[in-house]
Amino acid sequence: MRSEFTRLRAGIALLLALALSLGVVACGSSSDNNSTSGSSEEVATGSSLVTNPKNAKISLTIGSKNFPEQEILGEIYAQALKAVGYKVKTDLNLGSETVAHEAVKNGTISGYPEYASTALTSFFGFEPEEVPANANAAYELAHDEFETEGLVAFPPTPFASANAVGTTKKFAEEEGLKTVSDLKGKSESMTLYGSPECRQRIDCLAGLEKYYGLKFKAFHPVDIGLRYTVLEKGQADLSILFTTDPQLAAEKDKFVILEDDKHVFPAGNVIFVTKLSTFEKAGHDYESTILQVQTGLTLEVMQELDARVELEKQTPKEAAAAYLKSAGYVR
Amino acid sequence: MIAPLASPPLASIQGAIEFIFTPQTSNVTGGKTVGGINQVLELLVNQLELTVLALALSMIVALPIGLYLGHRGVGELFATVIGNAGRAIPELALIAFMAALIGVGVANLTIALAVLGIPPLLTNSFVGIHQVDRSAVDAARGMGMTEFEILRKVEIPLAIPTLFAGIRSATIAIVATATIAPIAGVLTLGDFIINQNVYGDDGVLAGAILVALLALTLEFGLATLQRRLTSKGLKLSPA
Repeated sequence: MRSEFTRLRAGIALLLALALSLGVVACGSSSDNNSTSGSSEEVATGSSLVTNPKNAKISLTIGSKNFPEQEILGEIYAQALKAVGYKVKTDLNLGSETVAHEAVKNGTISGYPEYASTALTSFFGFEPEEVPANANAAYELAHDEFETEGLVAFPPTPFASANAVGTTKKFAEEEGLKTVSDLKGKSESMTLYGSPECRQRIDCLAGLEKYYGLKFKAFHPVDIGLRYTVLEKGQADLSILFTTDPQLAAEKDKFVILEDDKHVFPAGNVIFVTKLSTFEKAGHDYESTILQVQTGLTLEVMQELDARVELEKQTPKEAAAAYLKSAGYVR
Repeated sequence: MIAPLASPPLASIQGAIEFIFTPQTSNVTGGKTVGGINQVLELLVNQLELTVLALALSMIVALPIGLYLGHRGVGELFATVIGNAGRAIPELALIAFMAALIGVGVANLTIALAVLGIPPLLTNSFVGIHQVDRSAVDAARGMGMTEFEILRKVEIPLAIPTLFAGIRSATIAIVATATIAPIAGVLTLGDFIINQNVYGDDGVLAGAILVALLALTLEFGLATLQRRLTSKGLKLSPA
């Protein structure tokens, strides 16, 4: 336990140094055409959060969708905002993106983290191939779409998350699979397992069928929590995984993901979505705090945090607190 | 503290009924429609199939034991303790446990759902047989009936109301819980409820309505069957 903390801390320190040196460039590019430019240039990464007594009058409710990564992000933002003096409540585990989107629009929550790709495909009718691969380009698109709904989206996290076709390393080697295209002509004898909604989603099974022209022996819907179990049990030949899955980092010699060479699974960096009126009322610290604490969230760090919750059974609250502390945001 | 603005209703009965009969557009399917009567029937058949399989398995396990113990008048503690303890098993945990043990699919769900049916069947078959008037049983024995004949011709007919109450409880528990089957490999009407992203709020409501209708239909069907099987002498009023 102790050594992992040290490793994580060392990693974060390194990343923060990197983020600091890139910070000016990143802020410059994201401030081109959005109204938040004034505040983002003053973001100081790596330094600890300072309580601002003015914030005590403002109540915020931070939401999240209903899976561990989202709950961890929700906790990180909520605890950081608390540290700068806001009155913060959480409403995590909101369900699907439609529910969370509705909740932020009608004011039940102040804001929640959303994947830019999900926002574009689920809320604004973009096809998966229309989602820009570049994180900032996807963010700008989503930002402008949210603006028409009276919402504000903050610049994206360093890490991106996407669905992926995964399998065991053994099976991939036996069948000679490196990319999803390699499945062509072989998939007819393979079973694919994924979440129940995957079956009909264009950024999941429907897209694999449409864009890769793949047919599978069978698609079996299973709970997201079983996505590795079905591979381990030898039941599934292929299973829909997430690129941020801790298992991919922890068990590199066991599981692999196939490269999505036709970009059916758009990668999404996380953007924090909030209501314009809340944004204007909450003051400068609202955005700057969120941007500051998410600078350390690279793919490796997010995998590590997911691992603590999904594999080591910490609560999202504990994992978030440990992250904020070891990165030096909170003492 | 200002109360949040009232949000417009997410789903409407009218929308749900439309969803049941006519395929609808969806945000996430890339143009393919979802819902409609064909998909409803497909999922309905799956849910019924799973219910019948699980109910059959639970009856095969529970009825012989319950009837035997009731007839012999022994094992009351066993029948009631199993009956009550069985109700406390969390079904979701059981499905996940079975998934790790035998994998996902029809077999897993049949066993997991049968576990829900066993307690009411066991308890009610035991109590139903055990409470039959002992003088009727003695009379049957005096007439020279074998033990099996006593069970078949005297005890079971007299226990029909209690037995059926058990079968009805088991059926409702199984058919209602079969709704969560899509998380373990079998697509039932719960697919509409679980995948709000795909089917929209009208789809979720439609799923809930369909499951409720299915449960009520089975309940009424079994009640009718029970009335037909009940001996005339036990009925309060002519059917």
